[in-house]
Amino acid sequence: MALVFDQGREPRLLVLPALFGEANQTRRQIAEAMRRLDLSGVDSFLPDLPGCNESRQPLEMQTLEGWRTAAQVAAAHFGATHVLAIRAGCLLAPPTLPGWRYAPTTGAKALRGLLRARTIAAREAGTAETIEGLSVIARAQGLELAGWSIGAGMFSELEQAVANADSQQAVIEQNDIGGAGLWLRAEPGYDPEQADMLAALVAMGMLEP
Amino acid sequence: MTIDPAKEPVIARESALAPSRSAVDALLREILRDVLVLDAELVGGFSGETGLFGHLPELDSMAVASLFTEMEDRLDIIIEDDDVDGEMLETYGGLLAFAEAKVVTAPAGGDNSI
Repeated sequence: MALVFDQGREPRLLVLPALFGEANQTRRQIAEAMRRLDLSGVDSFLPDLPGCNESRQPLEMQTLEGWRTAAQVAAAHFGATHVLAIRAGCLLAPPTLPGWRYAPTTGAKALRGLLRARTIAAREAGTAETIEGLSVIARAQGLELAGWSIGAGMFSELEQAVANADSQQAVIEQNDIGGAGLWLRAEPGYDPEQADMLAALVAMGMLEP
Repeated sequence: MTIDPAKEPVIARESALAPSRSAVDALLREILRDVLVLDAELVGGFSGETGLFGHLPELDSMAVASLFTEMEDRLDIIIEDDDVDGEMLETYGGLLAFAEAKVVTAPAGGDNSI
């Protein structure tokens, strides 16, 4: 399944979501930016990654390489001319597709946030878990982190994953957008001014003659 | 000490020099504002004795995780499991003292690349 704004127009944007909890916190914001792009004459597509949202595949069976392949397949399926990848979703961006990486982060940092959420929750429950200890378990047999079942392969791949240095995508920093990233918030939120700015930056790049 | 949280100080990552105390203070307020979605004026008015964990309803365990992740990112430090105790999160002054100590001892030119 995918969230799609498609009127068969020439500029066609593949949107790759942030990963895990950040995907939920940013989904509405990204959808709002896509709505603005639609009004600007840009078609856009936000596919569900295998194992996420309405995908029927089990999340714990997914690998980073599998997600990269899925991103390539989606780019071909929708005939994408550009890509907008968000946060750790930047790790999946097809390197040859021009576009943008919005507030990119490494796989290690994405995992660290999930590991820390679990260790803090464990501490509150009176059990002692450490980031290092959990990492050892996760590398061997996978682990559920903040409600996300991450397989051993995915965990190990993410620990090493950094954005492709040769990619065709420009980086959009949060400072370019203004305000605080929506992924920092405890609840999924929406900031119309940030959505305006993100859509404007992308539309300018896609519609210039 | 009053710091205008609207000004967004940036630590020069290229510099081998540790950021000044006031820069850490301003960055820490900015991080708290961003993570907890607090009013800039409210965070600007925090004193050393202002209570954090257990006093700010916004600061639950998930927010603590986000707070630490952002502190690591923006202050270029690593927060170890052993660092986390009640004292460091009890007051703003406690958290600031922790952050300052970490920034001073952090290896220069830490890897903040993406």
